[in-house]
Amino acid sequence: MVTYIIRRLIAAILMLLIVSMVTFAIFFLVPRLAGATPEGMASRYVGRTANAETAKLAAERLGFNDPVVVQYGNYIKGIVFGAEYDYGPGVEKCPAPCLGYSFITRQPVLNDLIDRFPVTLSLAVGAAVIWVLAGVSIGVLSALRRGSLFDRAAMTVALAGVSLPIFFTGLISLVVLSYGNPFSIFAQGGHYTPITENPIEWAYNLILPWITLAFLFAAGYARLTRAGMLDTMNEDYIRTARAKGLPERTVVAKHGLRGALTPIVTIFGLDFGLLIGGAVLTESTYSLQGLGKYAVDAITNNDLPKVMGVTLLTAVFVIAANLIVDLLYAVVDPRVRLS
Amino acid sequence: MTAPLDVSPGEGVAPPVSGGGVAIQGRSLSQIAWARLKRDRVAMAGLGVVVFLVLVAVFAPVIVGLLGHPPLEHHRSMVDATTQVPKGAFGGISTDFLFGVEPQNGRDIFSRVVYGARVSLLIAFLATLLSVVIGTVLGVIAGFMGGWVDTLISRAMDVFLAFPILVFAIALAGVVPDEALGLSGDALRIALLVFIIGFFNWPYIARIIRGQTLSLREREFVDAARSLGARTPYIVFRELLPNLMAPILIYATLLIPTNILFEAALSFLGVGVRPPTPTWGGMLADAVRYYTIPHFAIFPGLAIFLTVLAFNLFGDGLRDALDPRAR
Repeated sequence: MVTYIIRRLIAAILMLLIVSMVTFAIFFLVPRLAGATPEGMASRYVGRTANAETAKLAAERLGFNDPVVVQYGNYIKGIVFGAEYDYGPGVEKCPAPCLGYSFITRQPVLNDLIDRFPVTLSLAVGAAVIWVLAGVSIGVLSALRRGSLFDRAAMTVALAGVSLPIFFTGLISLVVLSYGNPFSIFAQGGHYTPITENPIEWAYNLILPWITLAFLFAAGYARLTRAGMLDTMNEDYIRTARAKGLPERTVVAKHGLRGALTPIVTIFGLDFGLLIGGAVLTESTYSLQGLGKYAVDAITNNDLPKVMGVTLLTAVFVIAANLIVDLLYAVVDPRVRLS
Repeated sequence: MTAPLDVSPGEGVAPPVSGGGVAIQGRSLSQIAWARLKRDRVAMAGLGVVVFLVLVAVFAPVIVGLLGHPPLEHHRSMVDATTQVPKGAFGGISTDFLFGVEPQNGRDIFSRVVYGARVSLLIAFLATLLSVVIGTVLGVIAGFMGGWVDTLISRAMDVFLAFPILVFAIALAGVVPDEALGLSGDALRIALLVFIIGFFNWPYIARIIRGQTLSLREREFVDAARSLGARTPYIVFRELLPNLMAPILIYATLLIPTNILFEAALSFLGVGVRPPTPTWGGMLADAVRYYTIPHFAIFPGLAIFLTVLAFNLFGDGLRDALDPRAR
């Protein structure tokens, strides 16, 4: 068990390293390969207003002229020990872990990320509760009543659900249920109240985004659960469980569901990790000031360090979620530890 | 010499040749699959819509020439000068403007939806092709060679699956300059989107192909070929690949709708193909600002929905037809 945990931990750290390399490559290497000059890149960091002279100076001071390996080293050093940027007008401090420093807002990106995180987390947790409950139970019921009217209706809706882009359903939900028309029972987009301030308002403002986001995922999970359940219920050990006279309810709940749910748990870890790193589309549709919206706005403003920060943070969340899922597996299913 | 495909003649196999005394004809597996597919009405409807959409995309200039106005042409006379809202009921829908006009500049929504199909389908197809090529090559290598090569490729797949793809894609689409690799404008954006979408999706194909290759590699016909003196390239290209065609076809078909949604999302976020080139995602992004005029959102939104749904229905049917054990 201990070796298994250590192995997973090492894998997670390796993964982080690779993710940091890829993030670095995207932000520093790709623009260069695509033909951007160090000056051009520097001007994207210090703002569009910079003239040629300051851009050149900034490029030198920010190290865009250094070899790629040195740049990557500095980048990692910033994450581990913090960084100081001397880009001309003055020295800017970015304490560890420095996920990036925005020269436009003159803020370490991490501060912003910490501010934005509660919004994204609230959105993700609420939606996850709905989609797991709805998706899994609909999937199980569909599988148990395969071919029934319920099954066909549920699977039709689920197929429609996975075929609808969230920025369309979200927009329609806003048009129909918000924005001051007769059915406007929900808040307009862009409202967020911290749960510590007023839990009821918090939930009220998030209901629409929750349902929209959960609908998409619930549809996918219902399809997956149904398929997994149909597979599992054909296994020999289900027949054995029935043969030894267990009530059908126990067979389904204890034997069937457990087998069917393992892949779902893996996917849930991945999905949830991705989501708390920024529900980009949902936040954009409902103007929620979470991490995803932050990244999108940063791209629009050409403020690349912010995007880099979100990218790294999301990757950390995904890897952490994977690690937790792996460890949970080892606890739940002894076979995993051996493989 | 084509080896038998792994299709168990279980449920839903083609009906027996009708009539007594007629000699039983041998049918190829693709004929059997096609017969099965043809009886799946839902899948055929999906296929019909797919064919229709491809035709719309290919003949967009002709269709727009007959039924619409150029997609970039402004029709300010169709829009109320002060409120910027289209004149007439339902956003200016008329025989002249089938889907109405856009607020503010009065562009023909019908033409823009029709032209949007081009960008959407082109990117989705090419990105899928890229994923399939990378995924098949790496999947076959991993499954066939095993050992450390397999470990390496499998780990790479894990890493790719753990990436926050959308954020990465936004970042990547954002950092590339306006002119690169001798391309600029729409061509560059399309190439970039194809690369991003295709490059991040290959593990989905590779995982399946690797699994299939692992089991095929142990089958008797591979042993038979080897004992007849066949070399590895022959085994891979003549024995394995024909047997992998079914899963490749199924999962490529199912990857297309995912890629359409991905492209639409990137365009919606403003990092896709740049305006004024019409894209469905871009139109929805514009529609957000004019939520009082729902028809502006409904047509591009329905276009995405119907396209994705059609591909999903057809893909599901294809899977049922080619692999009766799957559901």
